[in-house]
Amino acid sequence: MRAPGFADPPRDSARVFRAAMEAMARPGTAYAVTGPEVPGLSPAAAVLLLTLTDPSTPVYLGRAAARARDWLTFHTGAPAAEKSAAMFALGAWEDLAPLDPYPVGTPDYPDRSATLIVETSALRGGDARLTGPGIETEARLPLPDRAAFARNAGLYPLGLDFYFTCGSALAALPRSTAVEAR
Amino acid sequence: MSGYNFAYLDEPTKKMIRRAILKGLAIPGYQVPFASREMPMPYGWGTGGVQVTAAVLTPEDRLKVIDQGADDTTNAVSIRSFFRKVAGVATTTRTREATIIQTRHRIPETPLTEGQILVYQVPIPEPLRFLEPRETETRRMHALEEYGLMHVKLYEDIARHGAIATSYAYPALVNGRHVFDPSPIPRFDNPKLESPAIQLFGAGREQRIYALPPYTRVQSLDFDDHPFEASKAEGACALCGATESYLDEIVADDRGTRRFQCSDTDFCAERRAGAA
Repeated sequence: MRAPGFADPPRDSARVFRAAMEAMARPGTAYAVTGPEVPGLSPAAAVLLLTLTDPSTPVYLGRAAARARDWLTFHTGAPAAEKSAAMFALGAWEDLAPLDPYPVGTPDYPDRSATLIVETSALRGGDARLTGPGIETEARLPLPDRAAFARNAGLYPLGLDFYFTCGSALAALPRSTAVEAR
Repeated sequence: MSGYNFAYLDEPTKKMIRRAILKGLAIPGYQVPFASREMPMPYGWGTGGVQVTAAVLTPEDRLKVIDQGADDTTNAVSIRSFFRKVAGVATTTRTREATIIQTRHRIPETPLTEGQILVYQVPIPEPLRFLEPRETETRRMHALEEYGLMHVKLYEDIARHGAIATSYAYPALVNGRHVFDPSPIPRFDNPKLESPAIQLFGAGREQRIYALPPYTRVQSLDFDDHPFEASKAEGACALCGATESYLDEIVADDRGTRRFQCSDTDFCAERRAGAA
């Protein structure tokens, strides 16, 4: 039996998108979402894929997440892709790193860059100090490799954007956020 | 309402718009191209704003729509009833009670808060468009951070008028990187662009979406010896007496008598209700 998608796609995806948008607008702040149980994916990662991907967005799936390939194709039609052609990539940090292969956009079109969804075990605490747009003073987030995210922020306005998913919670780290040691 | 998808747009279109909004938030002030759809209203009536609102709307939202600050103009009333019909959402005229505010050319006087989203209707998203008509060229200018032309334009204002005469759609530098057009809001509103609320900009005809996350640095362009000034008409509102709000000048009779009135009708009404 294939895992289900949204029960009520227009309303469910609207609520998930709102959480995803608030998260991208407020880096480091975690938001709760609800969605179906999908083998290989956290609920938060599953609903992000359901809400954002379609046949025009190639998706790279890491090892554990690859179990959800059939489910993703069935519900969204998103094609599989190598890292270098992916608009979205999902997996544990060990599956996704290093960041070099992913498209970071072009100087004329910095928006043509990949969004990485990193499955993680915690969204609170961490030793990274985050500042920038969307953050009033400073925020914190446990990052798997602080230096890699600091390098990514250095590419601004090019660069990758990240979601971190943990169970049914998600937080984001756009390229505009400066990452330092605290 | 049956016969329409929730919030009018089909789901693939909303996905496309939502992806553009996320990239817009990740690169504040950068104009993200999107495949704007035909909407059941003419270009220039807020098709960009309506598409952005449709993409962010949830069933739990309470929507407010203003046109030049007013809740009771044709444009504002139509868009409010449009979303009541196709999304079944609650609507309001109170700034304080709204979760999403779609606006044409004003930022409400009442300070916005963290839970709110302000959606702007944008006619011309490109701040450099009247200086350089070619899209390929303006795109390159943004890529190279080549904004000298904009400073020349503001300087010519000073040379000609003794002060920067640009009074609306006043260009600003976002996050120290992208010069952007805040849509034709009066420059009085520019300081309010640094806000706890999320601000989204939709240009339907020009097919661009851009965004300001909360607390993003927005510096109105100026010179050390001619600093930016948020100007407004000198006077007080004839209805509520406010001197701190943005005022519209209204011709009151056939003899040319003029008076001022708050452009923000909700702000004005609340003040009058409070005084009564």
